[in-house]
Amino acid sequence: MSNALLRMDALKTHFPVRHGVVKAVDGVTLRLEAGETLGLVGESGCGKSTLARTVVRLERPTAGSIVFEGARLDQLEGEALRRVRPRLQMIFQDPYASLNPRRTVFDAIAEPMVAHRITPRREAAAAVFALMEQVGLARRYARKYPHEFSGGQRQRIAIARALSLRPRLLLADEPVSALDVSVQAQILNLLMRLRAEYNLSMVLISHDLAVVRHMARRIAVMYLGKIVEIGPADEVFHRPRHPYSRALVSAIPLVDADTEQRRTRIMLAGDPPSPLNPPQGCAFHPRCPYATAECAQTLPALQACGAEHKAACIRLDAIGNGS
Amino acid sequence: MLRVHRLQTRFYTRGGVVRAVEDLSFTVDAGETLGIVGESGSGKSVAMYSLLGLIPSPPGRVDRGEALFAGRDLLRQPERALRAIRGREISMIFQDPMTALNPYLRVGTQVMEPVRIHDGMRPREARERAADALASVGIQDARRRMAMYPHEFSGGMRQRVMIAMALITRPRLLIADEPTTALDVTVQAQILALIKKQQADLGMAMVLITHDMGVIAEACDRVLVMYAGMVMESGPARDIFRKPLHPYTRALMRSRPALRGSGGELYAIPGLPPDLITPITGCPFAPRCDHARDVCREAACALRALEAEHHTACVRVIAGKL
Repeated sequence: MSNALLRMDALKTHFPVRHGVVKAVDGVTLRLEAGETLGLVGESGCGKSTLARTVVRLERPTAGSIVFEGARLDQLEGEALRRVRPRLQMIFQDPYASLNPRRTVFDAIAEPMVAHRITPRREAAAAVFALMEQVGLARRYARKYPHEFSGGQRQRIAIARALSLRPRLLLADEPVSALDVSVQAQILNLLMRLRAEYNLSMVLISHDLAVVRHMARRIAVMYLGKIVEIGPADEVFHRPRHPYSRALVSAIPLVDADTEQRRTRIMLAGDPPSPLNPPQGCAFHPRCPYATAECAQTLPALQACGAEHKAACIRLDAIGNGS
Repeated sequence: MLRVHRLQTRFYTRGGVVRAVEDLSFTVDAGETLGIVGESGSGKSVAMYSLLGLIPSPPGRVDRGEALFAGRDLLRQPERALRAIRGREISMIFQDPMTALNPYLRVGTQVMEPVRIHDGMRPREARERAADALASVGIQDARRRMAMYPHEFSGGMRQRVMIAMALITRPRLLIADEPTTALDVTVQAQILALIKKQQADLGMAMVLITHDMGVIAEACDRVLVMYAGMVMESGPARDIFRKPLHPYTRALMRSRPALRGSGGELYAIPGLPPDLITPITGCPFAPRCDHARDVCREAACALRALEAEHHTACVRVIAGKL
């Protein structure tokens, strides 16, 4: 297990605000093997985007460590950080917000690889055209501006730009959520193809569990800054152990009417609590149908509940495996 | 309850005429939920805004059609009459409650506004009604919360406020435009259950606009599948999911990753949605359709019932070729 590409240990990212501290990421320990895709799911405000932003050091961690290709990412600064950055790239939900509206597609793709001295300027044109072809953009679009493209095409531009730096790790934060269903499939297929061609590792964040299920080998479920369950995608979907994961999986609206009738829906009461004032003990206990008095006191740790499968719930044995 | 016949809405812009809704007919009965599914630009929202006289004009214009609601044609009502219908007999819920609620006004003031304006209810009585309405959508401690502002509520709670506000006048028809798209799945499940319960209590008709087939399957009795301002397929929800009768509907369903998926390549509909400025001859989906032949490109095909109440606009399916 020494070939982990990325390791996080007790990682915390806290934001001071006027009336306290938002513990967006609060003690996350994770590892990602080379070539692996990890799916990260959870509701809005659970800290999944902050976790990804901390890994690429768009946010500064408050505590804990991040080790990427053997280097302590959390301690790097300045030039040293700049040298690592090309190797971990991020793509976002809204590619329009991450593209400069006054730069052509050509410039958007060429600039990072020239700035990071990955491709000499005189070879940039050939490299840009090659990348455009790989992501399915015709060469004749090179001189066009972002507003002239559809959402799906803009996401292709953002992907080409991220790949131009030859990253080892791609963090994709809701890459298809803003796209129409017919375009989503095109972009997901593109990501799968490029992942194989470039031997990319990937962290895929999505609130759409079907998308994550399709793309990822392992899935981590986050709730209020912590990982509450992690395991092989099939396990987490078909035999979720943590009560929150169970509710999440059961809440997915299904098209298949037959399956729909057979499953039992776990309807949660209330909304996710505010990260500014998280509940004591297990953060999920106020909404949990299985909670006992002890859950309000004890902070549960992740414990093994199968091969590669862990869940953070003190009542795992009592509530069974639900299969 | 509502009968829409051959609605056409276009936007006359400097860049050309945008054919947002080309030809749309449907009915909704009391107590029934009609789902309208389609991708962005399919015309589903524009169609609903047309019915309520909410199309910005210019550039927009309802060029043709009829929308009979309780014996009146909504498309031919003067603004005054429409104002008396909107928010009273027909209410609407939008995708993003933060932009639909006024950030400067207390939640209570906003929830009681419809009954204050439409029914001329006195403040004290309206306040009682608002508290009841908020309680009925699962907002605890409603009286105290009425004094709060929208930003003090979470996304799910704001959507509940919107629902309370839309239903306080006990409308006969509710139009819900992507009511759960901005919400998390666990909250989405709560809100859909809540809307369905309120609908049953009030015996209200509902039009639910969404791009999510799962939401349709969960909440709707009948479905219209729209593409480029036209109806591709319509029918009972169950039949459409069991046996879709249009290649576009089939393609939409196939391109979604399945929860029991293999992780292999997904079916992707080739090409892009059509540009609505260029007039389309023939079936609008033909350029992206795996099964298109010359006959598809020659003339648009009218909806035809193949089974009881299950209609398709695919000429090849109608001819028994697919």
